Amino acid sequence: MAVTEAPTERPSARGVRRITRPDAASRGRGGQRFLLVGLTLASAYSLFPLWWLLVSATKNRTALYQSNGLWFSGWHLWDNLREVFTYQDGIFLRWTANSLLYAGVGSLGGTVVALAAGYGLARFDFPGRNVIFACVVGSFLIPIALLTLPLYLLFSSIGLVDTPWAMLIPCLINPFSVYLAKVYTEATIPYELLEAARLDGAGEVRIFVSIVLRMMTTGGATVFLLAFVNTWNAFFLPLTVLRGKENWTLNIGLYNWSGTRMESGVDLTGLVLTGALLSIVPMAVMMVAMRRYWRTGVTLGALK
Amino acid sequence: MIRSLRWKGAAFTLPFQLGFVFLYLLPIGYAVHESLYREHQSGLGLGGATTEFAGLGNYTQGLTDSAFLNSILRVVLFACVQIPVMLFVSLVLALCLDALTSRVAGRFRILLLVPYMIPGVVAAIMWVNLYSPDVGPLTPLGKVFGFHWNFFAPSMVWPSIGNLLTWHGIGYNMVIIYSALQGVPRELFEAARLDGASEIRIARSIKVPYVRGALVLTGLLSIIQMLQIFNEPALFRNVTPQTVSDSFTPIMIIYNQAFNAGNYHYAAALSVLLALILGVASFLFYRFTSKEAD
Repeated sequence: MAVTEAPTERPSARGVRRITRPDAASRGRGGQRFLLVGLTLASAYSLFPLWWLLVSATKNRTALYQSNGLWFSGWHLWDNLREVFTYQDGIFLRWTANSLLYAGVGSLGGTVVALAAGYGLARFDFPGRNVIFACVVGSFLIPIALLTLPLYLLFSSIGLVDTPWAMLIPCLINPFSVYLAKVYTEATIPYELLEAARLDGAGEVRIFVSIVLRMMTTGGATVFLLAFVNTWNAFFLPLTVLRGKENWTLNIGLYNWSGTRMESGVDLTGLVLTGALLSIVPMAVMMVAMRRYWRTGVTLGALK
Repeated sequence: MIRSLRWKGAAFTLPFQLGFVFLYLLPIGYAVHESLYREHQSGLGLGGATTEFAGLGNYTQGLTDSAFLNSILRVVLFACVQIPVMLFVSLVLALCLDALTSRVAGRFRILLLVPYMIPGVVAAIMWVNLYSPDVGPLTPLGKVFGFHWNFFAPSMVWPSIGNLLTWHGIGYNMVIIYSALQGVPRELFEAARLDGASEIRIARSIKVPYVRGALVLTGLLSIIQMLQIFNEPALFRNVTPQTVSDSFTPIMIIYNQAFNAGNYHYAAALSVLLALILGVASFLFYRFTSKEAD
C-alpha cells in the first residue's frame, strides 16, 4: 500500500506526519501486513473444517480412515453420492424434500404474516399496539423448551404430531420477523404516501397489497431469508414433534445416522459426512443468490 | 387517527395475534398449569396413574435436584469462559477489518462468516468427526507435535465444544461489532492521531468504548443461547455417552424428563424455572453492563 507523505502538514515531535485515506490510516506497511496475516489465519480456521468435509466426501471408506484428512486420496464422490441417495430406499431425498418444504413454505407464510403485522404496528395507532410489541420483544427471551414441550402436547391432542403441519404451523409465527418487518416499514413506507392513496380512494387491503408489499420487497426478502435459515437449521422442534422417519428434516436424519454410526455391519461415517456436505449446498446457494439481503439481515440483528 | 382506520390497522396484526396466542401464550399457560400437577402411581403402579395437584412441589423438587442444578452450574461456568473468549476474538477481528480498506475487509468478512451459515447440527457433526481419533485429522496432527489429544475425555469435552461454538459464532459476532465500528465518526481518529495517539491506543480508548452496545448485545444473545445449549452436547453424546451424560445441560434434562421418563409435569416445571433463570440472567447482565457505562 502506498503511503503518501504530506510535507505541508505541521511537523510534530515524531517528525513528519503521514496522511492516507481515513480508513486505512497512518500505519506502516508492517502493521498492514500483520493485520492481513492475522485475518488470513482466522479465515483458515474458519474454512479448514469445510475443506476437510469436502475432501472426505470424495474418499472411500479405506481412504477416509487411512489417508491424510486434508488432502485427496482417490475420487469416489459419485459413489458416495449414489450411496447417500439410495441408502434406506432413498430416505435422504425425502428428508431433503421435507426440509425444503418446511423451510420454503413455512417461511413464505411466516413472512406474509410478519409483513402484515409489522406494517400494522408501524403505521397505525391502535389500542394495545404497545402490548403486542412488548410481546414480540419479550418472546426473544423465552427458552425453546418452554414452548416446544407444551406445543408437542397440544399438537398431539389435536392429532398434528408427526405431520408436516407440526413443523409448518410454528413457522407462521415468528416474533423476530415481525420485529424486522416493523423496522423495515418504518424505514421505507412514508405516512404521506398512505394518505395520498387513501385520498385517491384506495382501500386498506388494496394499499397493503399493491403499494406496501411492492415497496417492501427488499425487507420482505430479508425476512424470508432469515426465516428460511432458521427453519433449515431447526433441531429441537423437529426432534420433538416429528417421530416417524418419513417426516424428518435433514438435520434430524443426519443426527440419527450419526448416532447409529454402525448399522448392520455398515459404517455410516462416510454417509454422514457426504450427507452433511449435501445439506449445506441449498443453504450456500440461497446465501449466494440473496447475498445483499443476507448481509443487511445479519447486521439488522444488532439493531436495538 | 380516524377510529375506523385504527381498527383496520389493528386487523393487519390479527393473524399474528391469533398465532401468538395459540403458539406462545397458550403453550406457556399450559406449561405452567402442567407444572402444578403430578402423576401419582397407585399401588404398585398396576392401578394406573392418577393426576393430582402438587402445588409448587415440582418447583421445590427442581430447585433441590442436584442433576438440574449441576447442569445449570456447568453451563454457566462454561459460558463465563467461552463467551468472553469468543467475543474478544470477534472484537479483535472486527478491529482488524476496520483498519483495512473496505474492499479487502469485505472479502475477509465473507470468509469469516462462512461457518455461520452452516446449520448447528451439521457444524457439530463436522467437528465431532474432526475430533474423532479414527477419521479426524486433528489427532494425528497432535501426534506429530508430540501431543496425545483425546478430544472426548471428560476434561476435554467442554474445550472441544467451546472451540466448536467459537468457530460457529465468531463470524456473526464480528459482523455485528464491525458494523457498529463503521458508525464511529472518523474525525475522532484524525483528532487522536494529531494528538499523537497510536493505532492501538485509538482502538482501545475510542473504538472499543464506542462499540460497547454491540458487545452487550452479542453477549446477551450468547448467554441466552448458551443456557439453552442442546444440539452440540447431544451430538457429542452420540460419540461418548460416558462423558456427556443425558443430564449434561438443562435442556437435555428437560427433554429426557419429558420423552424418556415420561414425566411431563416435572419437565414443564423445569422449563419454567429455566425461563425464569434466563430472564433473571439477562436482566442482571443488562443492568450490570449498562450501569458500568455510566
